[in-house]
Amino acid sequence: MEEAANQMSPAVQQSKAAYDNIKERFGDAISEFDANPTMPFFEVLDVSRWVDIALYMRDNSLLQFNYLACLSGVDYPEEQKLGIVCNFECIGKYTHKIAVKVKCPRDGGSIPSVSCVWHTANWHEREAYDMYGMVFEGHPDLRRILCPEDWTGFPLRKDYQVQETYHGIKVPY
Amino acid sequence: MQELGKAETNSTRIIRQDDKRVIIEKDLDTEYMVLSMGPQHPSTHGVLRLECITDGEVVVEAEPYLGYLHRCFEKYCEKVDYPAIVPYTDRMDYLAGMNSELAYCITVEKLLDIEIPRRVEFIRVIVSELNRIASHLVAIGTYAIDLGAFTPFLFCFRDREHIMSLLEWISGARMLYNYIWIGGLAYDVPADFKTRVAEFVTYFRPKAKELYQLLTENEIFVKRTYDIGIMPADVAINYGWSGPMLRGSGVKWDLRRNDPYSVYPELDFDVPVPDGKFSVVGDCLSRHLVRALEMEESLKIIEQCLDKMPEEPNFNSRALIPKKIRPKAGEVYGRAENPRGELGYYIVSDGKSTSPLRCKARSSCFVNLSAMKDLSKGQLIPDLVAIIGSIDIVLGEVDR
Repeated sequence: MEEAANQMSPAVQQSKAAYDNIKERFGDAISEFDANPTMPFFEVLDVSRWVDIALYMRDNSLLQFNYLACLSGVDYPEEQKLGIVCNFECIGKYTHKIAVKVKCPRDGGSIPSVSCVWHTANWHEREAYDMYGMVFEGHPDLRRILCPEDWTGFPLRKDYQVQETYHGIKVPY
Repeated sequence: MQELGKAETNSTRIIRQDDKRVIIEKDLDTEYMVLSMGPQHPSTHGVLRLECITDGEVVVEAEPYLGYLHRCFEKYCEKVDYPAIVPYTDRMDYLAGMNSELAYCITVEKLLDIEIPRRVEFIRVIVSELNRIASHLVAIGTYAIDLGAFTPFLFCFRDREHIMSLLEWISGARMLYNYIWIGGLAYDVPADFKTRVAEFVTYFRPKAKELYQLLTENEIFVKRTYDIGIMPADVAINYGWSGPMLRGSGVKWDLRRNDPYSVYPELDFDVPVPDGKFSVVGDCLSRHLVRALEMEESLKIIEQCLDKMPEEPNFNSRALIPKKIRPKAGEVYGRAENPRGELGYYIVSDGKSTSPLRCKARSSCFVNLSAMKDLSKGQLIPDLVAIIGSIDIVLGEVDR
């Protein structure tokens, strides 16, 4: 185990330290640490605790992940799941970074919204909803953002079929 | 336009207590009105629509509507090869194509884990800093137009033209370059590139000063932007702001310094942050000030790169480009400092395909614009124009 830790780059070690802090508090609600050299991450297994974890990550004085750099929706067709990937970092006291994955079932799945924790998540979650169709529970304004409001289907799903016509306009060319 | 019914008297009306601002008539009944600003409004810099609920001259709420320029960049990415995405990145932030390409290429290079020749690194930094100046010139020029000053716009576009022709000379295109490639460059720079860039730097330095005196120190301009649209630092971070917007709120955060890439660690430059003497930290003037001062820093960077760039006769900028770009399975989040803030790419590779499984572009102005609803509350309509201008949006990048 220690050998593995020695092989990690300093940046990944920092993420590991932050992860250990979260793991200590939340135990089985989160998965093991994935020491991906380009983007170290962990997954939230108990989705209902995602907002608690988010608040802890933002407010704990040793973590202070006050900056949500990016929130991307992802489709995992082989697992029959949709998910989000959040990239966090701290502006100010620390230099650590970490990514968090949250997944939900592909049909009718939902993920708690963290737009109350980071305002920036508001539009990112709207975009993820627009493109993938997962519902963000507790989101203040969950509407489509880039596609028109009456568009059908979720374009970035792997099995997306574009609609034939939109208001009488032929869509596929 | 449609009527929304009466605004409640006394209770919900916006009344400014301080002496500096307008006080709304207290005992008259007013009605809320929906005013649609854009998508063809000149001050929205493209096709942004703001649905403003107004109470007289005061904006009660402004809700941005986007997507008029949505081309589903991310869907395209899943269909084409890694190198074929580079031209698409140009078309996102079309005012800073080089910077968009650089951000994308360093992200894929992280995933590929390959070495880049030093000469290539320096050329990349030079062209992206040139492009940063060009982009800031557009931002400053159009901001002046929004606020009613026409002359600075012509000054800016005259100087930007020199950068455009320099970049056209090396890449063949004025705005959509496709010059920075994964692992290298499309072409090496022409023989007397260094001299011409050095000439531009000498030419532009006094012009930037002139522009500063003409616009930034102009009393009318200062009055239009001073103390307008203030964003406190902690809220700015919570909103995910980056680039000149975040620095305008007094946070010294620049990815070229805080998460260095390419050859930036070797270069000496400052990160300008308003000190609160000339402007109120976090207001529109601060954000403009950061852009105006950053151009000088970019010139410094270009000068240093010209000195340090190794001379290699018969240099082949495509020599180290992999024949087939197929990264091993993994995921990466890479980013770079664009003129508008942090441009990030989240790329997932499955290790088998030559096109990404997922490529998400984290657009800086998309995120910066998301604070619009909060920033606009209780502002006057002319101030709303000043606020949108200070965000410096490029709708191509917002809508992707």
